[in-house]
Amino acid sequence: MTAVLQPGVLFGLCGAVLVGIGLFAIATSPVLLRRIVGCNILGVGIFLVFGAVARRGGGAGLEADPVPQALVITGIVVAFSASALAVALLKRLSELSAGDRAGTAAPAEPRSVV
Amino acid sequence: MTLLLDLALVAWLLGLAAYVVAERDERSAIIAFLAFGLLLGLGWVRLAAPDVAMTEIAIGGGATGLLLLRAEAALRGRGKHEEAMTRAGKLAVALGCAAISGGLGYAVLTFASPPPTLGPAALDALDPTGLGNPVTAVLLAYRALDTLLEKVVVLLALIGVWSLAPDQTWGGAPDVKPALVPEPLSWLARVLPPFGVVIGVYMFWVGADAPGGTFQAGTVLAAMWLLVMMAGLYPPPDTARPALRFVLAGGPALFLAIAFLGFVAADGFLAYPDGFAKPLIVAIEAALTLSVAAALAMLVAGPARKAPAP
Repeated sequence: MTAVLQPGVLFGLCGAVLVGIGLFAIATSPVLLRRIVGCNILGVGIFLVFGAVARRGGGAGLEADPVPQALVITGIVVAFSASALAVALLKRLSELSAGDRAGTAAPAEPRSVV
Repeated sequence: MTLLLDLALVAWLLGLAAYVVAERDERSAIIAFLAFGLLLGLGWVRLAAPDVAMTEIAIGGGATGLLLLRAEAALRGRGKHEEAMTRAGKLAVALGCAAISGGLGYAVLTFASPPPTLGPAALDALDPTGLGNPVTAVLLAYRALDTLLEKVVVLLALIGVWSLAPDQTWGGAPDVKPALVPEPLSWLARVLPPFGVVIGVYMFWVGADAPGGTFQAGTVLAAMWLLVMMAGLYPPPDTARPALRFVLAGGPALFLAIAFLGFVAADGFLAYPDGFAKPLIVAIEAALTLSVAAALAMLVAGPARKAPAP
């Protein structure tokens, strides 16, 4: 039981649960912005599992294996770039669909009155 | 005692993540996500990864939070809403997600023993570079290719964001200033940047030997630049401005040039000549820090909104 309570294992398990929570948000949220947040939670979960691997790989004077750590740093920056691109796409999509609605709303209104 | 801290951290992280997913109000959910990112930084400290902790707090918490909050404000009331799933559908998805979590958790509990590690190999690569921080050495020497490609990915994402500008504003400046600048923001934008710039430069410099480095320093610098732009003290630059593009491309270009130099002066691509490794790495880091700062700030600022200056 004590093995489970090592930080390396505990945060790894936390990461595993976060992956599930993130996936659930991506699959079920009706709001697209929340799905982007879900993607970030999913990413965090995967990074934490990596962190658990790094923590266990310590030794030879190192507290944790630096290679997975470097990969996680790279991953965090890439995840941010992907989020920024997704947010920009979402904003543009909402602008375009707002424009469409404005364009179709004018002729549609008299019809609904009749 | 530390066990108590670990358990509390894990409980908070899971609770906040569940709240982010379940909360109906968008803004509350994003603020909870911000708190989640900051707490996660503490989690990384517990995993003995201070470099990751700094990156997570700066980028995962700060920059992503700012990006999402701005998006929420822009999309409020007109975001696309899809039809909510039925209860049975949600239950099925939840079961699937739980199965994936269970599988991952099982993998975590049954990691190979003794644990495989690249630590000694990374330490062997540390000596010739003259660096003291193994994570920086992995990023810029042992696995420099990953870092180079990552910089290219950041630039590609920025090109993607910029290309979403409407035709008439192409090459113009993004709009980051709110219609009404609150007094505290204006005050902070005058007071914080001198400190922020010093902290950023320190983080870059100390990164060679202690936790810190280009990404963390670049994010702090980007945050300071965003603060100044958001308070309207200095307008965002036109995206077509050559100076901006030079700074953006300069870091990766210098990295690539030094990488090719390795064919002539050392053993091959991305190899540093003996004795020159540390000065070259510091030069690459300096250029990359500026590039990262400019790219992250521009990614948050978004596509061009104003027609370019003639």
